[in-house]
Order: sequence, then C-alpha cells, then structure tokens
Amino acid sequence: MSFTDRHLLGIEPLRPEAITEILDLAETYVKLNKQPNKHSNALAGLTQINMFFENSTRTQASFELAGKRLGADVMNMAMQASSIKKGETLIDTALTLNAMHPDLLVVRHPQSGAVDLLAQKVNCAVLNAGDGKHEHPTQALLDALTIRRAKGRLHRLNIAICGDIAHSRVARSNLILLGKMENRVRLVGPPTLIPSGIDQLGVEVYHDMREGLRDVDVVMMLRLQKERMDGGFIPSEREYYHRFGLDAEKLSVAKHDAIVMHPGPMNRGVEIDGDIADDINRSVIQEQVEMGVAVRMAAMDLLARNMRMAQKEVTA
Amino acid sequence: MTLLFKNAQIIDPEAGTVTQGDVMVRDGTIVEPATTADTVIDCDGKYLAPGLIDIGVKVAEPGERHKESYKSAGAASAAGGVTTMVTRPDTTPPIDTPEALEFIRRRAAEAAPINVLHMAALTKARAGLEMTEIGFLMDAGAVAFSDGDHVIQNTKILSRALTYAKSLGALCILHPQEPILSHGAAVTSGKFATLRGLPAVSPMAERMGLDRDIAMIEMTGARVHFDQITTDRALPALERAKRNGLDVTAGTSIHHLTLNEFDVADYRSFFKIKPPLRSEDDRIATINAVATGLIDIISSMHTPQDEESKRLPFEEAAAGAVALETLLPAALRLYHGGYMDLPTLFRAMTLNPAKRLGLASGRISVGAPADLIVFDADTPFVLDRKDLKSKSKNTPFDGQRMQGKVLKTFVAGQEVFSA
Repeated sequence: MSFTDRHLLGIEPLRPEAITEILDLAETYVKLNKQPNKHSNALAGLTQINMFFENSTRTQASFELAGKRLGADVMNMAMQASSIKKGETLIDTALTLNAMHPDLLVVRHPQSGAVDLLAQKVNCAVLNAGDGKHEHPTQALLDALTIRRAKGRLHRLNIAICGDIAHSRVARSNLILLGKMENRVRLVGPPTLIPSGIDQLGVEVYHDMREGLRDVDVVMMLRLQKERMDGGFIPSEREYYHRFGLDAEKLSVAKHDAIVMHPGPMNRGVEIDGDIADDINRSVIQEQVEMGVAVRMAAMDLLARNMRMAQKEVTA
Repeated sequence: MTLLFKNAQIIDPEAGTVTQGDVMVRDGTIVEPATTADTVIDCDGKYLAPGLIDIGVKVAEPGERHKESYKSAGAASAAGGVTTMVTRPDTTPPIDTPEALEFIRRRAAEAAPINVLHMAALTKARAGLEMTEIGFLMDAGAVAFSDGDHVIQNTKILSRALTYAKSLGALCILHPQEPILSHGAAVTSGKFATLRGLPAVSPMAERMGLDRDIAMIEMTGARVHFDQITTDRALPALERAKRNGLDVTAGTSIHHLTLNEFDVADYRSFFKIKPPLRSEDDRIATINAVATGLIDIISSMHTPQDEESKRLPFEEAAAGAVALETLLPAALRLYHGGYMDLPTLFRAMTLNPAKRLGLASGRISVGAPADLIVFDADTPFVLDRKDLKSKSKNTPFDGQRMQGKVLKTFVAGQEVFSA
C-alpha cells in the first residue's frame, strides 16, 4: 500500500510508488473494461456525486462510467445551473452535500484551490477533476498509463508538452508527474503562454517547435484554451497553427516512433493537424480516453479502500 | 496630576538610544523628571516607548460595522500599543464629504479610547474622476487624502488633484501600482504562482506605478506619502526621488516585512493581501530599506474581513489582514532577527509617522504628549486569533509563535490598556 491518502487533490503530494500503484491497479481495470461483463463490486453500496462547476462532457462521462462499472450509485450535479447562481457559497454547497453522506465527491471548479477548500469541509473522499489552472490529477495519471503502455516504461523518456501551458492544469499535473517518474520534460510554446518561473521546476523551455520536438519520445499537445484567454496572448489562430500547430513536418524531427497525445477536446487546424490526430501509427488519443476510465476506476477503488481502512481503525 | 514611570528602559527614536531611566508626566504631557509623583509606575526594567502611530487603518464604519467598529478597533489598538490610528477612507460609502467625515469623527470620539485621525478620499467615491472638497475636508479634520488601493488612472485628474492639494499644503497618500497590469492578480508572479495556478502580477507593476507617480510629484510639487513599497525594484526610484529633494516619504506593511509569497501555501486566504506577498528577496530588501530609513514608515494596513469574505476560493477571497494587535510582536521579529535595533524599528512606527503628519507625539521628550507604552520584548506566546479584540479575526499569524507583549498603554497620560 503506497497510496494511503484520503483525497486525490493533485499529483504534487503523491510519491512515485503511489503513482505506480494507481497505474498497476488501472491495468487490471483496462482488462476488465474489455470483457463483455464489465462489472465489479469495488464500490458497491457507496455513493458517488459528480459536482461539475465548469462544463465538461468527457471527464464527467468518464467518471460516471468508472463509478457505475464499480457498482457505485452515481449522481451528477450540474453546478452552473444550481444554487451557486442563487448566491450560495462553495462551502455552504459542500456542507449541504455532506449532509447527504456521499462517499466520493468528484469535483471540477473554475477556481484554483477550490477543490482543496471543499475537501477541508466534507467527510468523504474528494477527487479533483480539475481546479482552475492548478491540477487535473486523473488526466496526468491516464496520460502516464498511456505512455507506459505505448513505450513500455515511464522513466527516462523525452517528453514535450506543447502549446498553452499558462492556462493548462493538465500541463501542471503532467510535468509534476513526469518529473517525479524521472523523465526529461520540455515545454514548447510562445513565451506569452509559458508562465513565469516555470523554468525553476526542472523543465526545459522552448519557443521553437522544431527545436523542442527534436528526438522526443512523446509529443503531448494541449488545447488552445480560447475560453480562458482574456486577450492578446497570440496574434491569430493561423499564426499559432503555423508556428506551434503539430503537423507532419514538425513531427518529423521527433523520434520515428514518437507518440502523439492530446487531452481533448481538440481544435483541429489550431493546435493539431487532423491527419496526425487520426494517424493510428502515431496518435494514441483514443487510447487516452480508454485509459481515462480505467485510471479513474483505480483511483476511486483505492480511495474507497483507504476510507474503509480508516473506518476500521476508528472502530478497532 | 503627575505620573512617574520608574526603572524603565526608555526607547528614544529621536536620539536613537535605549537608556535606563525615569519619565515624568504632568497633565498628559511629558515633563522634566522629578522624584515624587501622584502615581508611580514601576516598569521593572521593561521597555518604555512612544505609542505606535499607525497610518492606514481600515475601520469598517460606516457600512460594514460587523467587520470592525470604532469601539472594537479602539480596543484592539490600545491592546496593541497603537496610541494614534489614522483611518483609511475606503469604507462603504467612502469618506469623501465633510459630512461623512464629521460622522466618523463623532463615532471615533465616542467609542475609541485612543487618538483617532482620519484620511479622506482624494477623489469623489474614490472613482478617480473628480477631486473631493479638499479644503472643506481639511477644515473638517482630514489629515491626509487617499483613494486607498484605487489608483487614479487619469493623469490629468491626478495632476489637478495633486496641484490643488499642494496649494493647501495637504498630504496625499498614493498606492504605487500599475492598475491594468495588476488587474485581477491574487499573488506575485513566479514559480509559486505558476504551481498554484493563480492569477499573478509581476512585481514590476509597483515600480511602474511608482515611476509614474514620482513624475507627477516632480510636475506638481505635491506632498506625497506612498502607502506601501514592497519590492526591491521600486527602491532605486524612491531613493532618487528623495535625493532630488521631492517631498516624498514611503511606507510598507508589517506583513510584507514578515511574510513572503510561499506563506500562502495551500491557498490560505488569510495570507491574501494587497499588494500580494512578495518573494523572500523582496522582503529582505524592504527590511533593509526600513533599516536605512529609505522606507520611512511601517503600517499595519489593518483590513478587517469577516469569515464569509475569506472562506472562498483564493482568487475570490477578499484581500487584507487585521494587524493592530499583531503590529508590535510582528515588528519585533525584525529586532529579534537582528535586522535592526529597537530605536530604528520604533522610528518607523512612531517618530516618522508623527513627523509626516505634523504631530507632537511619537517621541519621548519634554513637551510631547504622554502617549506611551510599556512592553516586554521577549515574552513568547502562540497567537490564537480568537483572543484578538478586533471583530474580524483574519490574521495570518494565527497559531504562530510570536515574541513581545504590550503590558500597558497610555494616551495623554491616561491608562487605556493593562495586560
């Protein structure tokens, strides 16, 4: 047992062994998910509430499916439409939900740190499904599992994370995870989308895509977060695509067997060429989605185990 | 009515000395020492110093009395050794008319046991569009003019307000900050801000604001105090302005001297202040500037916020911290840390603010008002925010080890606090 935490709020507090444990368990769920009967009872009797304060289709669906396959009672709450609009504070919302005795809360929130705050106020396990520009731990874990399966290892790889680093929680969680597992991480993007001080986090920063992709094993593209832009980070989408969009020509400087990843949803023709995204020899984007369900099953399973252990200790 | 303080270690910020001796008070004023008095207070070798003068205190009257009233702020001041507070005009509504000023003067006189002076807004509604009735407000008792943390963006309006204020000899207090660059920022940019994914401002925004304001002072000849200088990069500009003979002084906040950006840790919103906490290098540079006198004044920048305003995601949480009661023990960290001696530290909290405001207090000399504190610089304690007398308990020092306690506070020779 290496992953003993009560919550999964970020990659930052995890030890490498805990990451490996989650990934190893996820492998078993990858197998289960390919069976005709995909059901397990790991979360039987438990209640899982998905609280999404920010739009999400794929992450919410992935968490919902993961919970259902493990036998939890899953409820989705679309928080943009709810009491938040009526002026209720995050903490009051949390306390209200807490009174319903959920066992797992899956939370996405547009503010960095909001999920940490909520976790302090509830008695159940909290999973961060993305908070502001801070962390998105299950995305980094599913990316790690995808890389490990494609490359046969999760260490000593050259990995380029490309695009809008500044607005990306996916980039932060990934660079922390990949660093912990002893990989060389490069960040590639225009200087306006590279946050200040990030070069002190053990990564190399490139502003030229061809230099940044040279000899890498993994190319991780990020979505250009148009909805987060308060103006003036790049001159235009077409110039961005020309300089930082991934196409066959730029990819040619990477290793010949380099894989291409994208957390989705993709803006084809903005950060990635459609042909690359669809190239089954290069793109592992569909596999990432598949790993997402398995990783979330593993994370929730482990949190439920930790919860049961804690309860046993209390009663013992 | 005479009062004699015996066996005191007297901190004299004017002479820059700490001496063993006695201080005599007659009818609220310091006089030549004598051997007998109506009342004798044995200080038992503890320190006797001028009471602190705190420029920039937010009392939430009118508008948000549940956060801080004149009564609670007065009690907190007395307990913290603050004998004169100068209130900020950034209330709801702001203090931008003589009528509003008269209201709070009456409230302060009724409820606070210490000296209370008031700033008024420099522009109406602190909106940066029209100057206030500076003359009437001075007649009504305003000691300085400030829009708080609102920066007057329109330089024409600022130049007129400064020119007009100068003709009346009014002191203006400006907040040096480039308002567009710092818009929406919750922390200072850098590795920490990036890791936490919080909106950040470059420390350069302070330098840019300061540079602009110094040019305005050179143009208008106004008397200006900068409320908070918190970054290393702003210091050369300040030094030049002083060397060129401009009528400028500068302050900083106690929190910028004792905390840095990493103290925010896991989104602790009690550490959210404005401007945001800086890097450790900036903190040390700011301390050194206080030690050399380049930064004249240390303020608490006391800003009460209730739990509801703070228990929010960091970006949405209100900025500000209460500090009237923690000002002295926090400041003593600079003394215990070896950054400066006690007279230098007290100069920034007593003599310099008194000089800037034209007050006779802030010193221990014959003829000065007997606004005095007796304190122990060494007593260790762990701060429990529930013990604070402020209505709001938003201190970043909750649970922290502090050293130094006020034992007694006197205002014009009257005891207003005793531990």
